[in-house]
Amino acid sequence: MEFFVFVCAAIMVLLGAVGVIVRKHPVHAALSLVLTLFGVAVLFVSQEAHFLAAVQVIVYAGAIVVLFLFVIMLLGVDRVENLRTEPLTAQRPLAIITCLGLVGVLVAAIVNGSGVLNERGEGIKLPDLQNGPDANTVQLAESIFSKYVVAFEVTSVLLVIAVVGTVLLTRKTKSSTGSQTK
Amino acid sequence: MISLTLVPTATWYLVLAAVLFSIGTFGVLVRRNPLVMFMCIELMLNAVNLTFVALARELNDINGQTIVFFVMVVAAAEVVVGLGIIVSIMRNRSALTADDLAELKG
Repeated sequence: MEFFVFVCAAIMVLLGAVGVIVRKHPVHAALSLVLTLFGVAVLFVSQEAHFLAAVQVIVYAGAIVVLFLFVIMLLGVDRVENLRTEPLTAQRPLAIITCLGLVGVLVAAIVNGSGVLNERGEGIKLPDLQNGPDANTVQLAESIFSKYVVAFEVTSVLLVIAVVGTVLLTRKTKSSTGSQTK
Repeated sequence: MISLTLVPTATWYLVLAAVLFSIGTFGVLVRRNPLVMFMCIELMLNAVNLTFVALARELNDINGQTIVFFVMVVAAAEVVVGLGIIVSIMRNRSALTADDLAELKG
């Protein structure tokens, strides 16, 4: 059963990823990205990371892709990239060689190092009758709000900086002829 | 490694994440549209998240899932700032490729 789920989710992930890089239209690329993100969410569920799967769907598929689509609409949807012509002739073969080499190195490292993986943590609680249905969320919350609470607070500062910076970047000044920066 | 009963082990998830990361790298290298390049960066971030979750289950450690949470927050902030930069650059331009950004003049 888990094998079937893995194969289906892997096909979703890889089809969506290939769709992102081969579709000419940016809207189609964004919708392919949604497919990949849902596939990753399914893989999260099959690996007992239930809260992260929910966050993946809400934040990535719900917020980030909508932001992408919003910016595509803002900048004009009819700008289709021409994938046939390549200004730098050597770039595409070099990129293929680089990525195949990257896959080879990573897979070799994974297969070579798969023997040294052994349990060292204190365990992930699975939702059952003893732990309750929200065991994963509770355990993740205990980890975030006790051990990593400083990082969590710094994260809030990061989000505030991101929001203020984006407002400053995209703001239109009143004399918006030419130089917008000041 | 690959057992005969066909239960996907952590190795399978890690290999899938490696392939996804490489596809994202390829997209960043060959695509010219900065929005699509951002989407490929999201693909790479998701591959790393998948690696973290797979290793969290393999090592039986919740800290792997905690760091995925933080990666998601930082990715959201990164997308917001990056798209803001793209909008502020592209507002006065007609073309939408990374080649047109060769000069730094705003």
